[in-house]
Amino acid sequence: MGLIGGLLIGLGAAVYLLGNGRVMSASGIIGGLVDGTGRNALVERLVFLAGLIGTPALLFAVSGAEVSTHLTQNWIIVVLAGLLVGVGTRVANGCTSGHGVCGISRFSVRGIVATMVYLLAGGVTLLVMRHLTGVI
Amino acid sequence: MRLVISLIAGSLFGAGLFLSGMTDTTKVQGWLDVFGAWDPTLAFVMGGAILPMMVAWRLTRGRTPLVGGAFPEAPGSLLDRKLMLGSVAFGAGWGLAGLCPGPAIASLSYGGAGGLVFLAAMLIGMGTAPRLGQYLDSSPHPA
Repeated sequence: MGLIGGLLIGLGAAVYLLGNGRVMSASGIIGGLVDGTGRNALVERLVFLAGLIGTPALLFAVSGAEVSTHLTQNWIIVVLAGLLVGVGTRVANGCTSGHGVCGISRFSVRGIVATMVYLLAGGVTLLVMRHLTGVI
Repeated sequence: MRLVISLIAGSLFGAGLFLSGMTDTTKVQGWLDVFGAWDPTLAFVMGGAILPMMVAWRLTRGRTPLVGGAFPEAPGSLLDRKLMLGSVAFGAGWGLAGLCPGPAIASLSYGGAGGLVFLAAMLIGMGTAPRLGQYLDSSPHPA
Protein backbone atom coordinates (compact mmCIF):
# COMPACT_ATOMS: atom_id res chain seq x y z
CA MET A 1 0.00 0.00 0.00
CA GLY A 2 2.95 2.33 0.67
CA LEU A 3 4.21 2.10 -2.90
CA ILE A 4 0.72 2.45 -4.44
CA GLY A 5 -0.05 5.43 -2.21
CA GLY A 6 3.29 6.97 -3.09
CA LEU A 7 2.68 6.54 -6.82
CA LEU A 8 -0.71 8.27 -6.46
CA ILE A 9 0.93 11.18 -4.63
CA GLY A 10 3.53 11.48 -7.40
CA LEU A 11 0.83 11.22 -10.06
CA GLY A 12 -1.08 14.07 -8.42
CA ALA A 13 2.07 16.17 -8.39
CA ALA A 14 2.72 15.30 -12.06
CA VAL A 15 -0.84 16.29 -13.08
CA TYR A 16 -0.50 19.60 -11.22
CA LEU A 17 2.86 20.34 -12.85
CA LEU A 18 2.10 19.32 -16.43
CA GLY A 19 -1.47 20.65 -16.31
CA ASN A 20 -1.24 23.92 -14.41
CA GLY A 21 2.51 24.44 -14.49
CA ARG A 22 2.74 24.51 -10.70
CA VAL A 23 4.80 22.78 -8.03
CA MET A 24 2.52 20.73 -5.77
CA SER A 25 3.66 21.87 -2.34
CA ALA A 26 1.10 21.42 0.44
CA SER A 27 2.72 24.11 2.62
CA GLY A 28 2.93 26.51 -0.34
CA ILE A 29 -0.70 26.03 -1.35
CA ILE A 30 -2.02 26.46 2.22
CA GLY A 31 0.55 29.05 3.32
CA GLY A 32 -0.21 31.28 0.34
CA LEU A 33 -3.82 31.43 1.50
CA VAL A 34 -2.78 32.30 5.07
CA ASP A 35 -0.31 35.11 4.32
CA GLY A 36 -2.10 36.49 1.27
CA THR A 37 0.65 35.75 -1.27
CA GLY A 38 -1.64 33.20 -2.96
CA ARG A 39 -4.39 35.64 -3.91
CA ASN A 40 -3.48 35.28 -7.58
CA ALA A 41 -4.62 31.65 -7.67
CA LEU A 42 -7.19 31.69 -4.87
CA VAL A 43 -9.88 29.46 -6.39
CA GLU A 44 -7.31 27.05 -7.83
CA ARG A 45 -5.87 26.55 -4.34
CA LEU A 46 -9.29 26.15 -2.72
CA VAL A 47 -10.36 23.54 -5.29
CA PHE A 48 -7.10 21.64 -4.76
CA LEU A 49 -7.73 21.62 -0.99
CA ALA A 50 -11.32 20.45 -1.56
CA GLY A 51 -9.94 17.39 -3.37
CA LEU A 52 -7.25 16.88 -0.74
CA ILE A 53 -9.84 16.88 2.09
CA GLY A 54 -12.80 15.36 0.24
CA THR A 55 -11.18 12.29 -1.31
CA PRO A 56 -9.77 10.85 1.95
CA ALA A 57 -13.12 11.66 3.61
CA LEU A 58 -14.88 9.66 0.90
CA LEU A 59 -12.41 6.75 1.14
CA PHE A 60 -12.75 6.82 4.92
CA ALA A 61 -16.56 6.69 4.65
CA VAL A 62 -16.76 3.86 2.10
CA SER A 63 -13.93 1.73 3.48
CA GLY A 64 -15.59 1.42 6.89
CA ALA A 65 -12.15 0.63 8.25
CA GLU A 66 -10.84 1.77 11.61
CA VAL A 67 -8.79 4.74 10.49
CA SER A 68 -7.03 6.93 13.02
CA THR A 69 -4.16 9.36 12.93
CA HIS A 70 -3.09 8.09 16.40
CA LEU A 71 -2.15 11.68 17.23
CA THR A 72 -0.78 12.24 20.72
CA GLN A 73 -3.30 13.38 23.36
CA ASN A 74 -0.73 15.77 24.82
CA TRP A 75 -2.15 19.13 23.73
CA ILE A 76 1.03 21.05 24.48
CA ILE A 77 2.94 18.79 22.10
CA VAL A 78 0.19 19.06 19.47
CA VAL A 79 0.21 22.89 19.56
CA LEU A 80 4.02 23.15 19.69
CA ALA A 81 4.38 20.69 16.79
CA GLY A 82 1.76 22.52 14.71
CA LEU A 83 3.48 25.88 15.23
CA LEU A 84 6.90 24.45 14.31
CA VAL A 85 5.57 22.70 11.19
CA GLY A 86 3.72 25.83 10.08
CA VAL A 87 6.50 28.33 10.59
CA GLY A 88 9.29 25.96 9.49
CA THR A 89 7.77 24.90 6.17
CA ARG A 90 7.01 28.49 5.19
CA VAL A 91 10.39 29.91 6.21
CA ALA A 92 12.11 27.05 4.35
CA ASN A 93 9.64 27.48 1.47
CA GLY A 94 8.66 23.81 1.28
CA CYS A 95 7.69 20.62 3.07
CA THR A 96 7.62 16.90 2.31
CA SER A 97 5.70 17.38 -0.94
CA GLY A 98 7.42 20.58 -2.12
CA HIS A 99 11.07 19.95 -1.22
CA GLY A 100 10.79 16.18 -0.87
CA VAL A 101 8.70 14.92 -3.79
CA CYS A 102 8.89 17.83 -6.25
CA GLY A 103 12.40 19.01 -5.36
CA ILE A 104 14.31 15.73 -5.21
CA SER A 105 12.72 14.52 -8.46
CA ARG A 106 14.23 17.48 -10.36
CA PHE A 107 17.57 17.02 -8.54
CA SER A 108 17.21 20.40 -6.84
CA VAL A 109 20.07 21.00 -4.39
CA ARG A 110 17.76 23.02 -2.13
CA GLY A 111 15.16 20.25 -2.12
CA ILE A 112 17.68 17.51 -1.40
CA VAL A 113 19.42 19.47 1.40
CA ALA A 114 16.11 20.57 2.98
CA THR A 115 14.85 16.97 2.98
CA MET A 116 18.04 15.66 4.60
CA VAL A 117 17.87 18.44 7.23
CA TYR A 118 14.21 17.92 8.20
CA LEU A 119 14.52 14.12 8.27
CA LEU A 120 17.59 14.40 10.49
CA ALA A 121 15.85 17.00 12.71
CA GLY A 122 12.88 14.63 13.04
CA GLY A 123 15.19 11.75 13.96
CA VAL A 124 17.06 13.80 16.58
CA THR A 125 13.74 15.05 18.01
CA LEU A 126 12.54 11.47 18.49
CA LEU A 127 15.90 10.46 19.96
CA VAL A 128 15.75 13.27 22.54
CA MET A 129 12.01 13.48 23.25
CA ARG A 130 11.20 9.76 23.08
CA HIS A 131 14.30 7.77 23.94
CA LEU A 132 16.28 10.11 26.21
CA THR A 133 13.53 12.02 28.05
CA GLY A 134 10.37 9.99 27.37
CA VAL A 135 8.22 13.09 26.81
CA ILE A 136 6.51 11.66 23.70
CA MET B 1 -9.70 23.47 -17.12
CA ARG B 2 -7.30 24.85 -14.50
CA LEU B 3 -9.80 24.08 -11.74
CA VAL B 4 -10.53 20.55 -13.00
CA ILE B 5 -6.79 19.83 -12.99
CA SER B 6 -6.49 21.22 -9.45
CA LEU B 7 -9.32 19.00 -8.24
CA ILE B 8 -7.81 15.89 -9.86
CA ALA B 9 -4.35 16.66 -8.46
CA GLY B 10 -5.68 17.34 -4.95
CA SER B 11 -7.78 14.16 -5.06
CA LEU B 12 -4.85 11.97 -6.18
CA PHE B 13 -2.67 13.54 -3.48
CA GLY B 14 -5.35 12.94 -0.83
CA ALA B 15 -5.99 9.34 -1.92
CA GLY B 16 -2.26 8.64 -1.91
CA LEU B 17 -1.75 10.09 1.56
CA PHE B 18 -4.74 8.11 2.89
CA LEU B 19 -3.65 4.76 1.39
CA SER B 20 0.07 5.09 2.10
CA GLY B 21 -0.19 5.54 5.87
CA MET B 22 1.26 9.06 5.79
CA THR B 23 -1.63 10.28 7.98
CA ASP B 24 -0.87 7.64 10.65
CA THR B 25 1.40 9.46 13.09
CA THR B 26 2.59 6.20 14.70
CA LYS B 27 3.87 5.01 11.35
CA VAL B 28 5.42 8.35 10.43
CA GLN B 29 7.22 8.64 13.77
CA GLY B 30 8.45 5.06 13.31
CA TRP B 31 9.95 6.14 9.99
CA LEU B 32 11.60 9.26 11.43
CA ASP B 33 12.95 7.28 14.39
CA VAL B 34 16.24 6.41 12.68
CA PHE B 35 18.08 6.30 16.03
CA GLY B 36 15.46 3.98 17.58
CA ALA B 37 13.10 1.27 16.28
CA TRP B 38 13.30 2.44 12.67
CA ASP B 39 10.43 1.41 10.37
CA PRO B 40 11.67 1.88 6.78
CA THR B 41 8.35 1.17 4.99
CA LEU B 42 7.49 4.82 4.37
CA ALA B 43 10.60 5.10 2.19
CA PHE B 44 8.50 3.30 -0.43
CA VAL B 45 5.97 6.14 -0.27
CA MET B 46 8.67 8.73 -0.87
CA GLY B 47 10.28 6.64 -3.63
CA GLY B 48 6.92 5.88 -5.23
CA ALA B 49 6.03 9.57 -5.28
CA ILE B 50 9.36 10.69 -6.72
CA LEU B 51 9.21 8.28 -9.71
CA PRO B 52 6.24 9.85 -11.59
CA MET B 53 7.66 13.30 -10.86
CA MET B 54 11.03 12.42 -12.40
CA VAL B 55 9.14 11.54 -15.58
CA ALA B 56 7.01 14.69 -15.30
CA TRP B 57 10.02 17.04 -14.96
CA ARG B 58 11.55 15.38 -18.04
CA LEU B 59 8.30 15.95 -19.95
CA THR B 60 8.40 19.69 -19.18
CA ARG B 61 11.42 20.16 -21.44
CA GLY B 62 10.53 22.10 -24.58
CA ARG B 63 6.84 22.19 -23.65
CA THR B 64 4.40 24.51 -21.89
CA PRO B 65 1.76 23.60 -19.27
CA LEU B 66 -1.57 22.34 -20.60
CA VAL B 67 -3.35 25.55 -19.54
CA GLY B 68 -0.59 27.74 -20.99
CA GLY B 69 2.01 29.90 -19.31
CA ALA B 70 5.41 28.58 -18.34
CA PHE B 71 6.80 25.90 -16.06
CA PRO B 72 8.39 27.00 -12.78
CA GLU B 73 12.02 28.04 -13.11
CA ALA B 74 14.77 25.99 -11.52
CA PRO B 75 15.04 26.97 -7.85
CA GLY B 76 18.81 27.59 -7.88
CA SER B 77 21.10 26.18 -5.23
CA LEU B 78 21.07 28.88 -2.56
CA LEU B 79 21.42 27.21 0.84
CA ASP B 80 20.49 30.16 3.05
CA ARG B 81 19.63 30.39 6.72
CA LYS B 82 15.91 30.35 5.96
CA LEU B 83 16.15 26.98 4.21
CA MET B 84 18.29 25.44 6.95
CA LEU B 85 16.60 26.85 10.08
CA GLY B 86 13.12 26.44 8.60
CA SER B 87 13.80 22.79 7.79
CA VAL B 88 15.17 22.18 11.31
CA ALA B 89 11.98 23.67 12.82
CA PHE B 90 9.77 21.69 10.45
CA GLY B 91 11.61 18.42 11.14
CA ALA B 92 11.36 18.96 14.91
CA GLY B 93 7.61 19.57 14.66
CA TRP B 94 7.13 16.61 12.32
CA GLY B 95 9.01 14.37 14.75
CA LEU B 96 7.03 15.63 17.77
CA ALA B 97 3.57 14.90 16.37
CA GLY B 98 4.08 12.90 13.14
CA LEU B 99 2.04 15.21 10.90
CA CYS B 100 3.34 17.31 8.00
CA PRO B 101 1.17 19.85 6.11
CA GLY B 102 -0.38 17.57 3.44
CA PRO B 103 -1.51 14.80 5.83
CA ALA B 104 -2.67 17.40 8.40
CA ILE B 105 -5.18 18.61 5.79
CA ALA B 106 -5.98 15.20 4.28
CA SER B 107 -6.88 13.68 7.68
CA LEU B 108 -9.36 16.43 8.56
CA SER B 109 -12.37 14.08 8.29
CA TYR B 110 -11.02 11.49 10.73
CA GLY B 111 -8.36 13.36 12.70
CA GLY B 112 -10.70 14.42 15.51
CA ALA B 113 -10.24 17.44 17.77
CA GLY B 114 -6.48 16.88 17.98
CA GLY B 115 -6.20 17.20 14.21
CA LEU B 116 -8.10 20.49 14.29
CA VAL B 117 -5.87 21.88 17.05
CA PHE B 118 -2.75 20.85 15.11
CA LEU B 119 -4.11 22.48 11.96
CA ALA B 120 -4.99 25.72 13.78
CA ALA B 121 -1.50 25.91 15.29
CA MET B 122 0.05 25.16 11.87
CA LEU B 123 -1.92 27.99 10.25
CA ILE B 124 -0.85 30.41 13.01
CA GLY B 125 2.76 29.32 12.46
CA MET B 126 2.39 29.93 8.72
CA GLY B 127 0.98 33.38 9.47
CA THR B 128 4.05 34.37 11.50
CA ALA B 129 6.57 32.96 8.99
CA PRO B 130 6.85 36.03 6.70
CA ARG B 131 7.98 38.23 9.61
CA LEU B 132 10.51 35.64 10.79
CA GLY B 133 11.74 35.23 7.23
CA GLN B 134 12.25 38.99 6.92
CA TYR B 135 14.21 39.01 10.17
CA LEU B 136 16.46 36.14 9.00
CA ASP B 137 17.06 37.98 5.73
CA SER B 138 17.88 41.33 7.35
CA SER B 139 19.89 40.36 10.46
CA PRO B 140 23.66 40.18 9.89
CA HIS B 141 24.92 36.87 8.58
CA PRO B 142 27.50 35.12 10.76
CA ALA B 143 30.83 34.76 8.92
